[in-house]
Amino acid sequence: MASSHGTPPVFNNKVIAWIDHRLPIFSYLEKEYHTFPTPRNFNYFWNFGAIATVMLVLMIATGVVLATNYQPNVLMAFDSVERIDRDVPQGWLIRDLHMNGASFFFIAVYIHIFRGMYYGSYKAPRELLWILGVVIFLLLMATAFMGYVLPWGQMSFWGATVITNLFSAIPVVGQSVVDWLWGGFAVENPTLNRFFAFHYLLPFIIVAVVALHVVALHVHGSNNPLGIDPKGPQDTVPFHPYYTMKDGFGVMIFLIIYAGFVFFAPDYLGHPDNYIPANPLVTPDHIVPEWYFLPFYAILRAIPDKLGGVLAMFGAIGVLFVLPWLDTSRVRSCTFRPIYKWFMYLLVIDVVILGICGANPPEGWYVPLAQLATLYYFFHFLILLPILGKIERPLPLPPSIADAVLKQKAG
Amino acid sequence: MATPSIPAGGHSDPTRRDFLMVATGSLAAVGAAATAWPFINNLNPAADTLALASVEVNVSPIQVGQAITVNWRGQPLFIRHRTAQEIKEADAVPLSELRDPQTDNSRVTDLAKKVRPEWLIMVGVCTHLGCVPLGNKPGQPKGPYGGWFCPCHGSAYDTSGRIRVGPAPKNLVIPPYLFTSDTIVKVG
Repeated sequence: MASSHGTPPVFNNKVIAWIDHRLPIFSYLEKEYHTFPTPRNFNYFWNFGAIATVMLVLMIATGVVLATNYQPNVLMAFDSVERIDRDVPQGWLIRDLHMNGASFFFIAVYIHIFRGMYYGSYKAPRELLWILGVVIFLLLMATAFMGYVLPWGQMSFWGATVITNLFSAIPVVGQSVVDWLWGGFAVENPTLNRFFAFHYLLPFIIVAVVALHVVALHVHGSNNPLGIDPKGPQDTVPFHPYYTMKDGFGVMIFLIIYAGFVFFAPDYLGHPDNYIPANPLVTPDHIVPEWYFLPFYAILRAIPDKLGGVLAMFGAIGVLFVLPWLDTSRVRSCTFRPIYKWFMYLLVIDVVILGICGANPPEGWYVPLAQLATLYYFFHFLILLPILGKIERPLPLPPSIADAVLKQKAG
Repeated sequence: MATPSIPAGGHSDPTRRDFLMVATGSLAAVGAAATAWPFINNLNPAADTLALASVEVNVSPIQVGQAITVNWRGQPLFIRHRTAQEIKEADAVPLSELRDPQTDNSRVTDLAKKVRPEWLIMVGVCTHLGCVPLGNKPGQPKGPYGGWFCPCHGSAYDTSGRIRVGPAPKNLVIPPYLFTSDTIVKVG
C-alpha cells in the first residue's frame, strides 16, 4: 500500500538522483518492486503472474523476429513458415519457441486463474483487478487464435473458418459481420492479411492491460493463501529480495519444462494436419482447435443449436466477469471453506472432462458427457456459488498471517 | 436562448452555455462516428473481391448419380446430377418435417425460372460453421438422409441439400445460376 512503507529513497548516485528528481522512475521501482510490502506466506501458486509476464515478453520478442521473415499472403504464407523452419538461421528455434510459447503462456494463465479462484483473489477490493485479468484472457485467446491462422495449414484455415462462422449465429446481421471479418466471401487473402496485422497489434494492447492489472494489484497488494489482509509489518516481507528470488526460481523451473518441449517435442502440442497447406475445398475429417480452447469448443458443440452453442461458449467466459458478485461467501481462501474447496476441485475435473470431449468427435457417449459437463460448469457458477456462500460454515480464520505462519512452523 | 443567467431558487433553467455544451458535444460525437466509419468500412470486402467473376461450367460430362465440386468465390460449389430416385425422395418430404422449409422445386430453379430437377447446384458449405460436407464424392458418407453429411459437428442434409438433423440452422445455399444452354451453367 502506497502510504504504509517508508520514506522516499535517497539516491547516492548523482545521475540517478538528477533523473529521479525530474522523472521518478527510480523512486517508483524502489517503492513498487523493492520495499513493496508483500504477504510473507505466498506459496508457489503466486509465481504464475510473473511467469505469465515472462511468457508475454518472450512471445513478443520471438514474434517480432518471426515477422521479419513471415509473408502474410495465401500464396506464400505456408512456404515462408517452412522456410523459417528450414533455411533461416536459428529460425526453427525462434518458431518453436513462439509456437510452444503460446501453449505455455496458456498453462501459466490457467494456473494463475485457478489460483485466483481457489484463494478468492477476485473478492473485494480486488474485483476490478480480476476483471482486467479476464479482459487479458480474452485478448490472449483472440491473439492466439489469429496467430494459429498465420501458418496457413489445414487446421489454420478450417479453424479460422469455423471460429469466424460463429458470428454468423448473430440474428439478422450475422452474415454481414462474417463478411466484414473476412473481407470477402470466404476465409481468403484479405482475412490472412488482417489477422497478421491484428496478431501483431493485440500483444501490445495486452501489455497495456497488464500494466493496468499491475497498477490495480499494487493499490491493495496481493491476496495470499490465507485470504486475510496483512495487519502490520510482521505479516509482510519486502518484495525484493524475497519474491524476486522466489519468482525467479519458479520462472526457471517453468522455462526448463518449456525448453524440454521446444527442443525435444516441438510438435507434441500441435496438430499434424497443420503441416498440410490450406485447401478451401477439403475439410479435414476431424477439426480440433489447439488444446487450450478445447473446453470452450466442447461447450459450443454441447448445445444442439447454433446460436445457443455460441452464446453458451461466450457465456462460459462471461460468467467469469461477474464471479466477484456470484460468490456470496465473505471468506476468500478455500483453505477455510470446507465444502467449497471440494467443488473447486470438481470444477477443475469438469473443465478437464470438457477438454477431453472437445478433443474427440461429437459421437457416442461424448455428446451426453459434454452436455452434462457444460451443465455442471454453469451450475457451479450460477447456482452453487451464490447458494453455498450463504449456507456454508467456514472454518475459523487465523488472527493474522504471522500468527498462522509461526504456528505452522512450531507445529 | 437569451435566458437570464441568475438561477431562481437554486434551480437554473438550461442556459446558453448548457446549449453550447450539448451542441458541441453532439457535433463531436457525430464527428467521431464519421471518422470511425472509414476505419470500420475499410475491413469490408473490396471492389475486386466483390467483382469476382462468375464461373461457367459444362455439365454434360456429369453422369446421372455423379457430382462434381467447382471453386466459386473461393468456396466449393456442388453440382449433382440427381437420379430419379433422389428427386422422388426430395419431392416426397412434407414441408412440415423441415427445419428450413423449402420445396425441392424451388431449389432447382434457375434465374430464368426454368426448373431442372436433375441438376442440384449448391454452395458446398455447411450452414453451421462453414465446413465442407461430405457426400459429393463416391465413397463418402452421405448421412442418414442420402444427401450430404458434415463431419465437423454432425449436420445431415437430404437429397435436396436441406438440413434434416444436426446443429446447422439452414439448408445448403443455392447460388444464383442460369443455364445458358442445356449443358452450360453460369454461376454467380
